[in-house]
Amino acid sequence: MRTSTMRDLLAGQAVFAALEPDDLDLLAGCARNVRFDAGSLLAREDEPADGFYLVRHGRLAIELHAPGGPLVVDSAVAGDVVGWSWLFPPNRWTADVRAVEPARVVAVDGRCLRDKCEVDPAFGYRIMRCFTRVMIERIEALRIRLLDLYGTSRAG
Amino acid sequence: MTPLAYRVVHRRDEAADVVTLDLAADGPGIDEPAPGQFTMLYAFGAGEAPISVSGCPADDGVLRHTIRAAGPVTRALCDLAPGDPVGVRGPYGTGWPLDAAAGRDVVVVAGGIGLAPLRPVVQRLVAERDRFERVALVAGTRTPDDLLFAPELAGWRGRFDLQVEITVDAAPAGWRGDVGVVTGLLPRMPFDPGRAVALACGPEVMMRVVARHLLAAGVSADRIHVSLERNMQCAVGHCGHCQLGPLFVCRDGPVASWAVAAPLLEVRRR
Repeated sequence: MRTSTMRDLLAGQAVFAALEPDDLDLLAGCARNVRFDAGSLLAREDEPADGFYLVRHGRLAIELHAPGGPLVVDSAVAGDVVGWSWLFPPNRWTADVRAVEPARVVAVDGRCLRDKCEVDPAFGYRIMRCFTRVMIERIEALRIRLLDLYGTSRAG
Repeated sequence: MTPLAYRVVHRRDEAADVVTLDLAADGPGIDEPAPGQFTMLYAFGAGEAPISVSGCPADDGVLRHTIRAAGPVTRALCDLAPGDPVGVRGPYGTGWPLDAAAGRDVVVVAGGIGLAPLRPVVQRLVAERDRFERVALVAGTRTPDDLLFAPELAGWRGRFDLQVEITVDAAPAGWRGDVGVVTGLLPRMPFDPGRAVALACGPEVMMRVVARHLLAAGVSADRIHVSLERNMQCAVGHCGHCQLGPLFVCRDGPVASWAVAAPLLEVRRR
């Protein structure tokens, strides 16, 4: 019986669909499977961002501290990538990430991946394209939420 | 055009500014509304407003409207109590094309108060479940506290033959559900884009984005249906307040296919 490898797992993720076969090997070399119990923190705001997570099972909440208590401002489920601060200085998380139910994730070491991107800029470009797509989707969604659509209505 | 006399028989606070009123006719009532149609509700001393039907007598025995207090008339309607009189005329407009959805996957997408006109649709889909293939409901709202029909949604979520997903714009810590826009949930929903029928109601921007995602997934514009909202006054296509291109939304809508609605909304944006 063939055991599914990290590379196979990453190859099946839409977010990495644009990567080439060799890229997946490079990426898999920086990745490991991790489990988190419900309620545990995967990342804490302002702490060093040394990687990102790809959700395999479960649900993560992205929380911001606000007057009155923490707010959940985004969520992530299977197939979603959480974390891009590892890419850019100062490499610190800008929000808390919490497992709201038992979660299995792929944790990718950002320093390991950054080093590989520096050595092979073409690989780095393709990785950057993957993350840019994630960022664009998040920005488009945030733009719509900024309109506070459900909070306004035609007066009558 | 003369309102018929009705009385509030039950009121329920759905959210901070949203109320559901159950109405019963004092005498002769209006014709049976179809899911998606609206009535003109007259709050005595305040005026008249078009309100979508959120429950049809054929489905649950009462003429039900879910109203958001957005102006003086809707505020007056929201302030009504059991026993208070209210005028009703209608039903008006086009309904959701449920017959065209028979034998197909159905995707229902609701945003905010847009869940109200879609509630009778979901009730009908559940009641006639065998007529349809896979049925999915995606509902977005501002916060968990703003969620409409929460007990009913919980019941729908508990069914094995219905996929229901809820998302909110923001939530207090402890919320275990989705946070984000409704379009983020569409990839999870089970439907065959080549055959599915989609019904969407909510803010116009939301419907546009939903339509864009569905089109990209392969759902054709003539199988995406939206409920348009314009300033409706006469409700019978005479006054022209709700004119949108060649359409009088009160008469030719509010439900229209995206093939019809998209070019008109594009014109409005220029």
